[in-house]
Amino acid sequence: MARELFERKIKQIQDEILLLGSMVEQATLDSVTSFKNRDIEAARALIEDDQNINDKRFAIENAILILLATQQPLAHDLRQLAAMLLVANELERMGDYAKGVANNTIRLGINDLPIPYRDIEKMGELAVSMLHRSLSAFINEDISQAVAIPREDDAVDDLFNKCYRTIVNGMIANPATIDDASLLLWVVHNLERLADRVVNICERTIFIKSGEMMEMDGTDDELEA
Amino acid sequence: MIDNNHINLKTKISVENFNLFYGKFQALDNISIDIPSNQITAIIGPSGCGKSTFIRSFNRMNELIPTVRTEGRIILDGKDIFEIDPVELRKQVGMVFQRPNPFPKSIFENIAFGPRAHGIRDRRILEEIVEKSLRQAVLWDEVKDSLTKSGLALSGGQQQRLCIARALAVEPEVILMDEPASALDPVATLKIEELIEQLKEKYTIVIVTHNMQQAARASDFTLFFNMAENRAGYLVESGKTTDIFTNPKNELTEQYISGRFG
Repeated sequence: MARELFERKIKQIQDEILLLGSMVEQATLDSVTSFKNRDIEAARALIEDDQNINDKRFAIENAILILLATQQPLAHDLRQLAAMLLVANELERMGDYAKGVANNTIRLGINDLPIPYRDIEKMGELAVSMLHRSLSAFINEDISQAVAIPREDDAVDDLFNKCYRTIVNGMIANPATIDDASLLLWVVHNLERLADRVVNICERTIFIKSGEMMEMDGTDDELEA
Repeated sequence: MIDNNHINLKTKISVENFNLFYGKFQALDNISIDIPSNQITAIIGPSGCGKSTFIRSFNRMNELIPTVRTEGRIILDGKDIFEIDPVELRKQVGMVFQRPNPFPKSIFENIAFGPRAHGIRDRRILEEIVEKSLRQAVLWDEVKDSLTKSGLALSGGQQQRLCIARALAVEPEVILMDEPASALDPVATLKIEELIEQLKEKYTIVIVTHNMQQAARASDFTLFFNMAENRAGYLVESGKTTDIFTNPKNELTEQYISGRFG
């Protein structure tokens, strides 16, 4: 096959996206752990480390723009590079969700509240597992995985609803905790949104392979932490 | 595979089961396609796949080669081109070539040549035709004060626009362009592409190009030709340019436009 240099460069960008993905996975898991342990030092470190995720995203974006400018990719190549540009952006935003969890850990301080730790942890684990597999599917252009993974988002949504109900019930029972408990809502919201963005990665996988722009999840309303 | 997904547009030229032979060698194999009216259709494909031969069939220029034989039909506005007088056909279907080829005459005479050959003698009418054609080819402002200057004294890009003006002077309906910008620098190339875009309002344009980016930039529809093992050219895929360059249906098209062969 011709275009060996081009294909090598694409491979390098894929590797960088996987690396960025693993940074986001780790940040998410660490953010949930620091939240659970109410570890403010760890949360501060996470917020600082988010800059590395941002830097990596810009490096990937730059590499893609150079390829677009110098290689004039078309058809599959063009869809792949466009999709990688979007996925790098999705990953950077996911990193912001982890940062948001860390921020709320700091704001929450050591105030005592009834917190559904186990369910929040489960949400984090599920979302990270979905993210990890969605990136493998993205790189391998595995359509069957890209179609299957978004279905798991329902489990994350169920956990979100369960946590939401627990937190709101706590607020009703003890209105004095409303300020602090609302921070918990942001934590579960961030984890739920992270899983939503995994669905976007799956949509891009299908786009690369088929050229079809398929909406796999209608709910894309965004709130900021 | 033929996907005439531009079928809703009015057809200017309809090619039906067209074969072309140079002696025993088959150069085009069973081509069927509709060329839409007032659109720019680009033909791409590897060297030797019959792109130029194909567009030269539209004004029967291949007949100037003694061994050429054709089968099938090419219909222009409902008329079989093989039943139209070739001189009249070439008036309706003009051609611009790869290298600008102005006559070694003045700019004025380059443009007036065709209308004169078709019987126009009135100097005033010829002057009107020359101005109109040069304006349409976006060359008038650059040459209006030097119409008596030799066409060969112009720059390459200007010479090519002069040749386009010369083709427009006989008021054709279709303009065939065979690699019209391949001998030009990038700025002159973009000028020609902008000109082509303007011309489609009045004319149907078919352009052969090796430059994939040019086809992507400058055309509405794209035909991808390839060469079979017996070296006969055939149509692999046709469709809207935006579809062909972002999501072609055929694997061969995909490989060609993404630079994997050709």
